[in-house]
Amino acid sequence: MRGFLYVISALAVVALAFWAYQQNYATQQALREVRGLQNDIATQRSRLAVLRAEWAYLNRPDRLRDLTEINFDRLGLLPLMPEQFGLVDQVAYPPEPLLPITDPVETRAGPDTDTDDEEVQLP
Amino acid sequence: MIRTPLRPLARVLKARQTGENPDAIERENIRLRHEEMRDKARLRAQGRLLVLSVFFLGAFMTVGARMGHLAASEPMEPQARASGSQILAQRADIVDRNGRILATNLETHALYAQPPIMIDKEKAARELAAIFPDLDEKELLEDFIGKRKFLWIKKKLSPEQKQAVHDIGDPGLLFGTREMRLYPNGNLAAHILGGASFGREGVHSAEVIGVAGVESRFDDFLRDPVNEGAPLQLSIDMTVQAAAERVLYGGMKLLNAKGAASVLMDVHTGEIISMVSLPDFDPNIRPRPPTEGEPGDSPLFNRAVQGLYELGSTFKIFTSAQALELGLVNAETMIDTKGPMVVGRHRIRDFRNYGPELSVTNVIVKSSNIGTAHMALDIGAKRQKEFLDSLGFFKPTEIELTEGPGAQPLFPKQWKDISTMTISYGHGISTSPLHLAAGYASLLNGGTKVTPTLLKRVTPQNGPRIVSEETSRLSANMLRQVVTKGTASFGEVPGYHVGGKTGTADKPLTNGRGYYDDKVISTFASVFPAHDPKYVLIVTLDEPTETSGPKPRRTAGWTAVPVASEMTRRMAPLLGLRPEIAPAAPAKVTLTSN
Repeated sequence: MRGFLYVISALAVVALAFWAYQQNYATQQALREVRGLQNDIATQRSRLAVLRAEWAYLNRPDRLRDLTEINFDRLGLLPLMPEQFGLVDQVAYPPEPLLPITDPVETRAGPDTDTDDEEVQLP
Repeated sequence: MIRTPLRPLARVLKARQTGENPDAIERENIRLRHEEMRDKARLRAQGRLLVLSVFFLGAFMTVGARMGHLAASEPMEPQARASGSQILAQRADIVDRNGRILATNLETHALYAQPPIMIDKEKAARELAAIFPDLDEKELLEDFIGKRKFLWIKKKLSPEQKQAVHDIGDPGLLFGTREMRLYPNGNLAAHILGGASFGREGVHSAEVIGVAGVESRFDDFLRDPVNEGAPLQLSIDMTVQAAAERVLYGGMKLLNAKGAASVLMDVHTGEIISMVSLPDFDPNIRPRPPTEGEPGDSPLFNRAVQGLYELGSTFKIFTSAQALELGLVNAETMIDTKGPMVVGRHRIRDFRNYGPELSVTNVIVKSSNIGTAHMALDIGAKRQKEFLDSLGFFKPTEIELTEGPGAQPLFPKQWKDISTMTISYGHGISTSPLHLAAGYASLLNGGTKVTPTLLKRVTPQNGPRIVSEETSRLSANMLRQVVTKGTASFGEVPGYHVGGKTGTADKPLTNGRGYYDDKVISTFASVFPAHDPKYVLIVTLDEPTETSGPKPRRTAGWTAVPVASEMTRRMAPLLGLRPEIAPAAPAKVTLTSN
C-alpha cells in the first residue's frame, strides 16, 4: 500500500512538472504575442493620429473655401444665408397616387399637326 | 526517559549511618534536576530565536532585494494587461465645440550629428546645405571639424528631407524622434490657441510645452497622462470662427483699418463662440515677440483680450440701464440735452445739437453725450462705480488664456464728477472688447452676471443678479431702436432683430496728452435677436476710414456697423438661428366691383 502511494506521488510530481513546464512556455508565447499586438496597436494609433491630422488639414476652412470657388461651376456652393432656412409649410405634400386603371382603352397618338419641326415638344 | 530518584536508597542509608540529614540529599537532587530543566529550556528558546531570526532575515532580504531591483531596473509597461492602454506620452488634442481638431500632434524627426563618427565631413556639410537652404556650409563644417561631439542640426524634418539626409549616407548624421504640435487650420483661432515649442530636449524625445493662449494656460491638463489622451474641448465653433475671420478681414481691408477684433459670446452660458483679432499669425510658425515698435501692433497681440481701448458710446447703455434700475427714470423720461455742458474747465458736446431735451430712449438712440452725463450725475460716482464693478469692468477677465490676467482695465484712481460724466459715455475708461462683451451679455441675458469662458459648457451660468429682467428687456429694446431708427441703421439684418450701440472714440496720443483728430477706435456692440437675446457680438476696428463719400468718415455707424451686420448675416445661420419673419398682415378682402 505504502509503495503504491510513493509511486503515485512520484508520478503526480512528474505530471505536475510537465504541466508547469508547458504552462511556462505557453505563457511566454502569449506574452510575446501580446507584445507584438501592442506594437501593432501603437503603430496603428500613430497612424490614426497622422490620418486624423491629415483629415483636419485637408478639411481646413481655407482649403474648402478655395475648393468651392474652384468648383463653383459644378457645385454652385455659396455660404449659408438666412434665406436658405425653409418652413415646413413650404414643403408640398406628395402628389396623390393615380387611381388604378380598370378598363384600358387602346388608342394611338397621331403626329402633332401643329408643329412643323420633327422634334415633338413635350407638354 | 530515565527518572533519577530524588531519594536514592543507597545514599539515604549511607547518610543515616554517618548521621547526616537525608533531606539534604533530596534538596540537592531537586536543585540538580531544576538546573537540568533550565538548561534544556534555554537551549530550546535559543533554537527558536535562531529560527525566527533566520526567518526575519529571509523576509527582510526578500523585501530589500525587491526594492533594490525595482530601483535599479528599467520601468516597463505591464505586458499582460488585456486593455493595452499604454501611457500616451503625447500631448492631448484641442478640439472645437463640435469635436473638430484645432491642434494635434504629428510624429517627425530631428536631425543631429556626432562629428567623431562622421566619415566625409566636407561632403556631409555640402549636401546638408543643399537640402536646407537656411544652413551655411562653412559654419556646418566648422562645427563638424571642431571639438564638438554632438550638435543639433534641425529640430523638425519633413519625410522628404529625412530621406534626402538618409541618402547622404553618413553614419554620423542621426535622427531622433520628435512629436511636433500641428495646427491643421493654419491661422484660424491663432490667438486663442497660442502655440507650442520644445522644452527640455533629449535625443529620443522632447517635451512639447505651450507658449501662449490655451496651450499655455492648460499646459498641465494637456500633458497629464491621467486623462488618457482625452482632448480639451473649447467653446469655439470652427465654422463660425472661419466665417468671422473672413468677413472681418474683408471689412478691415475695405475700411483701411490697421487692426480689428471681434467677440461673439453666448449670453446665457458665457461661451466664446468666436474671437478674432487681426492681424493674426500662423501658430505652426509662431513669430518671435517684437523687440521694437508698439507691442500692440504685433500680430501676436490679441486685440480682443489684451487690447485696452476707450470703447466710447457703447457704455451709454450701462448708464441708462442703471438709471432705469434705480428708478431714477423710465424709458420716456425727458432728459436735458442743452449743450454744450460746461463742467469746470471741461465742455461736453454732442456730435450735433439734439435740441433742449430728449427721452431716455432717444438719448441712447441718438447717442447724446450730454443726456448720458446728466443721468450719470443723478446716479452719482459711488453707485456708478459699484455698478461697473459688478459688471466686471475693473478687473481682468477670467478668460482661460495666459494673456487674460494681464489685461487690467485702466480707469481713473480719483473718481471725480467729471470722471463720472465722461465714463458714462465710455471715455476715460479703457477696457478690452471682451470686457464689453461680458458686460453686454450680463446686462441683456435677463440681468444675471456671466463670465466669459473658452471651455464648452451646456448649462447657463445663472450668476448673481445685476439688473432686473425688466431693465434688461428695456435695454434690449433701446438697443433695437438704435438699429431701427438711430446711429446704427446699417446694422439691420432681416430676420435677426439686431440691436446694438455704436461707439466711436478718438485714440489717445501716444504721449498721453489729448487725442488724435483723425484716428479713432470704432466699435459696434450688438445683440441678436433683440427680443430674446442669445448672442452678443462686439466688433472693434482700429483706425478705420470710410472713403466713399466726399469727406472721409470714421464714425462707427459707417465703419464697424456694416462689418458687424455682414458678420451677423453670415454667422447667425451657422449658429442654427432661423430668421424670424415678421408675421404677415392678414389677407385683406378688397372690395371691387365687377
